[in-house]
Amino acid sequence: MNDRFNLYRFASPATFYPLAGKMIPWFVALAVLFGIAGLYIGMLVAPTDFQQGEGYRIIFIHVPTSWLSMFIYLVMAFWAAIGLAFNTRLSGMMARALAPTGALMAFLSLWTGALWGKPMWGTWWVWDARLTSELILLFLYIGYLALVAAIDDPRRADKAGGILLLVGVVNVPIIYFSVKWWNTLHQGSSVNFAKSSMAEVMLWGMLLMALSFWMYSIAVALARVRTLMLERERNTDWVRAELTRTGEMQ
Amino acid sequence: MFDIVFTVIARDLKLAMRRQADIVSALFFFIIVVSLFPLGIGPELDLLRQLAPGVLWVAALLATMLSLPRLFADDLRDGTLEQLALSPHPLGLVVTGKVIAHWLVSGLPLALIAPVLGIQFDLAGDALFVLTAAILLGTPALSGIGAIGAALTLGLRGGGVLLSLLVLPLYIPVLIFGAGAVDATVSGLGGEGHLSLLAAMTIAAIGFAPWASAAALKIALE
Amino acid sequence: MIYWNSFADFIAMGGYGFYVWGSFGVTALVMLIEPIVVGRSRKTTIARLKRQLRAESRSKEA
Repeated sequence: MNDRFNLYRFASPATFYPLAGKMIPWFVALAVLFGIAGLYIGMLVAPTDFQQGEGYRIIFIHVPTSWLSMFIYLVMAFWAAIGLAFNTRLSGMMARALAPTGALMAFLSLWTGALWGKPMWGTWWVWDARLTSELILLFLYIGYLALVAAIDDPRRADKAGGILLLVGVVNVPIIYFSVKWWNTLHQGSSVNFAKSSMAEVMLWGMLLMALSFWMYSIAVALARVRTLMLERERNTDWVRAELTRTGEMQ
Repeated sequence: MFDIVFTVIARDLKLAMRRQADIVSALFFFIIVVSLFPLGIGPELDLLRQLAPGVLWVAALLATMLSLPRLFADDLRDGTLEQLALSPHPLGLVVTGKVIAHWLVSGLPLALIAPVLGIQFDLAGDALFVLTAAILLGTPALSGIGAIGAALTLGLRGGGVLLSLLVLPLYIPVLIFGAGAVDATVSGLGGEGHLSLLAAMTIAAIGFAPWASAAALKIALE
Repeated sequence: MIYWNSFADFIAMGGYGFYVWGSFGVTALVMLIEPIVVGRSRKTTIARLKRQLRAESRSKEA
């Protein structure tokens, strides 16, 4: 019973707001540390790839942004499920705070994919199964952002967005496999990252960069969720206290 | 228990018959969009034959979407939707009925006119048959998925454009297998595999989508 | 330990400089702009909420 009580307390915006504020600097520090380590290994230490030359170094951004764009969508769907099942206020705000970062990650994944594709295959865009799925994922993010932006009532926006996220997350594997099948059917170009031949240093660089991007996403989402909380709970006592407190500090 | 499904179908069909102009407009939209492509691309029959499955399917996706914003909006305006939500019948079954009625009015006519349009693109007999079968099997899934989008955007400003933004990415698997079935027939591989996958998607969509739309409708009605 | 012979080699990226730095540059830009946008929207939100709070307390006093 005690755990349950704590969980609810943690999920209440009045407790989570200051906690998030304290956590943000730590996640920023971690993002910077992992980022420096990842860039050092990826850009300075790692040797060249014998097939792709120095162009392969785009992998240190391309793969982490692709991972994060998919992972953030899953996390949003998780929060959506919690929000619809338990009717918690925090979960909808979390999904909303994550969405812009997820969309940016999908965009960066496509951008770096295009810049990688040009020197490697001679075109900016190939209808490869992975790139195409990533594009569709970006569309799903845009759909979610457009839906929650169009609904004025925040509770309805959270719930409607939650249903869309759950429908989306069920559809993502179906979309991925259909795109993959379409790709093999049309004998389209398939992107090979030559994973087996990848040196261990490169793998480390990629993992560190992925960790850095992950920490960055958490920090930005927490910062965004704090603003959302103030906005949504503006008529509560804790927000009033918070507002007068920041007033004194300025 | 399933009586409610048939009651809703009968009611929606009766309402649709009063608005025959809407059905005809969507059908002509389909015909005109498909006929624009040869004008934009050129009349080379080899090229048109290759493009036909994709063109017909994309036009079908757009045509089924035209009527989606109206799926729940009229019922919301005259208060029927609220009554249906308060009635003892599960809202999911009500939506199932509405989805089936939507398909009968928007998907079925497309399937019937598609072979004629396929001839414009010089498709052979077996390809025309598979095209019709694919549109018959695939469009119910479009109506089902579309109902979720229609429920989510119910009563919102700019609902129509928003609806297409939400729904079109989810239509992609149907597009791929629908056009793929015709493609495979044209290239001699046989489209049966595609057709059975389309049927599976339709069954899944008709089974699950109405309940997701019902949940979305309840949120919109709160 | 460090793979590059000179700074110029590092910038040139074996002829792939445009693509590699184009990727890293835009990513860095995005990761710089996003926090700034978030921070700014936080400031404007707080300022707006404060104004509302003040207007409320004034109307209560009156």
